[in-house]
Amino acid sequence: MVAQNFGHALFCAMITLIISFPILGFNLEAQGINVTLTGAKTTTIIGVVLASIIVFGFQLFRDAIMGALGTLPRFNPLAGREPMEPSRRVKLESRIITVLVVLFLFWPFMVSRGSVDLATLVLIYIMLALGLNVVVGLAGLLDLGYEAFYAVGAYTFALLSRYFDISFWLALPIGALLAALFGLVLGFPVLRLRGDYLAIVTLGFGEIIRILLNNWTNVTGGPNGIGGIPDPTLFGMEFGRRVKEEGNTSFHETFGIAYSGEHKVIFLYLIALVLAVITAMVIRRLMRMPVGRAWEALREDEIAARSLGLSRTAVKLSAFTIGAFFAGFAGTVFASKQGFISPESFVFLESAIILAIVVLGGMGSQLGVILAAIAVTILPELAREFSEYRMLIFGAAMVLMMVWRPQGLLPMRRIHIKLNRLE
Amino acid sequence: MQDLLYFSQQLINGLTIGSAYALIAIGYTMVYGIIGMINFAHGEIYMIGAYTALIAITGLATLGIAWLPAVLIVALICAMIVSSAMGWAVERTAYRPVRGRHRLIPLISAIGMSIFLQNYVHLAQGSRNIGFPALVEGGLQFGSGEGFQMSLSYMQITIFITTVICMTALSLFISRSRIGRACRAVSQDLGMANLLGIDTNRIISATFVIGAALAAVAGLLLGMYYGSVDPLFGFIAGLKAFTAAVLGGIGSIPGAMLGGLILGVAESLTSGYLSGEYKDVVSFGLLILILLFKPTGLLGKPEVEKI
Repeated sequence: MVAQNFGHALFCAMITLIISFPILGFNLEAQGINVTLTGAKTTTIIGVVLASIIVFGFQLFRDAIMGALGTLPRFNPLAGREPMEPSRRVKLESRIITVLVVLFLFWPFMVSRGSVDLATLVLIYIMLALGLNVVVGLAGLLDLGYEAFYAVGAYTFALLSRYFDISFWLALPIGALLAALFGLVLGFPVLRLRGDYLAIVTLGFGEIIRILLNNWTNVTGGPNGIGGIPDPTLFGMEFGRRVKEEGNTSFHETFGIAYSGEHKVIFLYLIALVLAVITAMVIRRLMRMPVGRAWEALREDEIAARSLGLSRTAVKLSAFTIGAFFAGFAGTVFASKQGFISPESFVFLESAIILAIVVLGGMGSQLGVILAAIAVTILPELAREFSEYRMLIFGAAMVLMMVWRPQGLLPMRRIHIKLNRLE
Repeated sequence: MQDLLYFSQQLINGLTIGSAYALIAIGYTMVYGIIGMINFAHGEIYMIGAYTALIAITGLATLGIAWLPAVLIVALICAMIVSSAMGWAVERTAYRPVRGRHRLIPLISAIGMSIFLQNYVHLAQGSRNIGFPALVEGGLQFGSGEGFQMSLSYMQITIFITTVICMTALSLFISRSRIGRACRAVSQDLGMANLLGIDTNRIISATFVIGAALAAVAGLLLGMYYGSVDPLFGFIAGLKAFTAAVLGGIGSIPGAMLGGLILGVAESLTSGYLSGEYKDVVSFGLLILILLFKPTGLLGKPEVEKI
């Protein structure tokens, strides 16, 4: 057995060495126009060699190792259980979500400003991920240009406030609707395409939007972006130290409390929280409505769904448009939180992160996606020394998830009957 | 006359870029033809080829070897070896375990791989772009002393010649060799080929290796042509090459060559007559239009969906 694997193991170890040594073992350094080559640190080289040896050892004793792993008891005691009854599951999920919301509601008053700011970002990601979950998780359409709709929402608010003095509350629905319109216009022709073509076309669309934002300098400010985006107001009360607009009052004066910069941060956080809850609830409803069922039916088996009379285009288009709508929602909040936006914030990486959230959480599962959004946004902040490895880990995690657990960490499970074929 | 010269210049630039795109597009089209998936990480493999070539060139310069053909050939071989190994490893780790599952799963796995490789190079070599030495310098000039001069650099000639050699070699390999014949058989019917005793796993691996090796050639050529590399170097080029593959008809090798050339020319005409910033918009717009009106591409076969 071992002797049989020897050649293969040697080959794998060689490959490991070849793919890691040149890239990791040498550092290219640009000095002016000249490029010099320096050897990497000894630890790196030892690491590369060790990795090769590990690969060699693993491949050599592959069968024994895999066999030993197979005999280990299952780590997950819940793996074999029956899916919960839908009614119980819904109750449990609602309870968990309610507890989370209540926690989120009181939490900002107890922590620092930085944490609240981060939490707002988490909520924006939750909105984005929930929206993308509709497109990818429920309808099974791989949308890689999701950040384009996010950008549309953000830029709508920024431009409207700049040229027409429109406030956050009015811009919020306009931004979302405009993003949805973009989704509709893009979706109408491209949704006829097969899954993998759709991914590339949406990716191209995302790039087109970004390039247009970058180059349409006299409207969007090009790479310099747009600054001075106003904060949201609460019934005409502003959160700044001084009132900027005629007719508004300031929050701290109305309530007779001392001015604090934290008010604004907490207020933005609460807005994001409310919007995230609205997003979650709307999508939750939609999932249980005929249109939501149709999304899943089409994802599972397109031909069967069509032969049952579902209109492929209409169903896909509805998912695509609704996903875009919530991206626009999130974009508006993002613009108002940052106060400044530029095309830099809407690169493909952003889409990739949101996709990673959906994939990690379990495609289609709302609770899973929310927890994944929290984890993916907060973990890099906690482990700052590893933050540069963040995308590396995301990429690897996406591959590993697809190989081992494509349904995600917290998948959506339904009661189903498995038909066993007769022998 | 001036206009004609200007136009020919754009045409030459376009054909240069286009032939390099065609080299990358082969990788997409072959993989798609055989297992029906988009190898999203292909652009990254091309980028790794360019980096390896640069490392080899700099290493040789440090050693004091400056004889141009030797430098180019050593760089090319290094890049091809590393990229091929990468292609093999990527297929083995990220694609083979998920082969045959729902369409979305290999695609997400491929995107994850692409992000992983991008950041692997980013962490190892930094995110700044690094100058690529222009080894092949000089060129031919056409046109009178006054006004516009059309130039055809030796670099462009090198790119043309290398591409033609690679394409010829590939065509011969596919049509004559044993593995090439097996490749064609597998792309027609994987199950049947398996029944007839072809080791399909091996053939699929071979496809990835061939695609990666050609991408590495393109990496060296375009790295020298553009004069710099960075970790994001492969992302847009990969997308363009994919567009080229779709334009020519995905799954078809002559289609990939044709698509690459058309895309390159379209792009350089855009930057020549409109603005360089919009060339990406034009190529992605082109992609969307082809997919809408002729999803099978120029030379592709219509795909029949079997139930």
